[in-house]
Amino acid sequence: MRHLLTPQDFTVEETRQLFLLADDLEANPGKYAHICDGRKLATLFFEPSTRTRLSHETAMLNLGGSVIGFPSGNVSSATKGETVADTIRVISCFADIAAIRHPKEGAATVAAHYSTIPIINAGDGGHQHPTQTLLDMQTIRKLKGGLTGMTIGLCGDLKFGRTVHSLVESMSRYSGIRFVFISPDELKMPDYVTDLLRDRHIPYTEVTRLEDAIPELDILYMTRVQRERFFNEEDYIRLKDFYVLDEKKLSRAKSDCYVLHPLPRVNEIAPEVDDDPRAAYFLQVRYGVFVREAVILELLGLAGDYQF
Amino acid sequence: MLNVGKIEEGFVLDHIPAGRAMYIYKHLGLDKLDCMVAIITNARSQQMGKKDILKVECPIDMLNLDVLAFIDHNITVNVIKDGQIIEKKKLQLPREIVGVLHCNNPRCISTTERELPHIFYLADEKREIYRCKYCDVKYEENDGEQF
Repeated sequence: MRHLLTPQDFTVEETRQLFLLADDLEANPGKYAHICDGRKLATLFFEPSTRTRLSHETAMLNLGGSVIGFPSGNVSSATKGETVADTIRVISCFADIAAIRHPKEGAATVAAHYSTIPIINAGDGGHQHPTQTLLDMQTIRKLKGGLTGMTIGLCGDLKFGRTVHSLVESMSRYSGIRFVFISPDELKMPDYVTDLLRDRHIPYTEVTRLEDAIPELDILYMTRVQRERFFNEEDYIRLKDFYVLDEKKLSRAKSDCYVLHPLPRVNEIAPEVDDDPRAAYFLQVRYGVFVREAVILELLGLAGDYQF
Repeated sequence: MLNVGKIEEGFVLDHIPAGRAMYIYKHLGLDKLDCMVAIITNARSQQMGKKDILKVECPIDMLNLDVLAFIDHNITVNVIKDGQIIEKKKLQLPREIVGVLHCNNPRCISTTERELPHIFYLADEKREIYRCKYCDVKYEENDGEQF
């Protein structure tokens, strides 16, 4: 039985197949409208994340399946002290597949160990969020026509942002990729990510100002710089505007440099950027549903039933 | 020259960096075993200048050599049976360490669900880095109490 705990659970070839399936799900939704008839997805959200939960639920409903679950930990037996292992053993009796979101890192790994149904890690604390990474990659692939030969800039909180670590690790499996890490010193990319890039001989540079880096980028992945990450208020005030994308900064970018963001956005992308054709963050949400449909089909062993 | 008697069955752990014998004694759990142990510290060594040696008389399947490999895989392990060295083991970093190290990441599921086994995997052999199987946080020696 297969689970999706980290993006690396799929090989490069399997990831390619997954994206092709997502393309077909987007192009021919009617073909798949009943493929999951009679099957149930359990969304076990021990912490609330409305967008991720609704995206998974929409994906299952689009495939003809149905959905059970809970939207936050305080309405589940976790409040009575039930372990993840016991919860998933019980849910395995009700559903055919489960998407689990949990504030503790490694919760999905534990669930997968005890589960008799496939598990999708829908975010475990600051650790992994593989469907986010896959939808980021699918967005890049759709916009750029592939996943090779490009310069990807990642901007903002690179120290604590799990989406950026995961995206860098996943994109480093493709050829001709170069990274530019744009962050204050306090929020630089951690060593284990840069060690991995050095081991794989993948070029990267680290800069502190978005303006300096933006002209060379093919993709700009924005994240939020949070006030509480700084040691003092002065540093936050001094640095925060460096990491806000507005039309002025974006005017220095290439005409096909697309802007991604894992959302929710607060103020790191000015609303004026939303109308720019390079703003791709709402497109990510759209592709996210197709990618999650493809993941559900793959984990349920139904992906091979349809030729695409 | 100091003479310590031969052992019939057990291990001679050689080339322990000087001063580390008691540390290894503790973490191999030798204090909990009912067996004869000779601890030699600051022995002369051509290779190392000074070294420690541990001689342990016990059944040869009794020690968890994975723990020893994790502490220092350069230690020489001589396996003794019938008073003879039957094998010189070359220690290799274990792929996985179960129930020895503890994850100290407060956000890790293993810190709240206490019945879970603590498992670390070898993430980077070159840099000798172990990571928690659940949260992938790197094990740092000064993180825990045990090592």
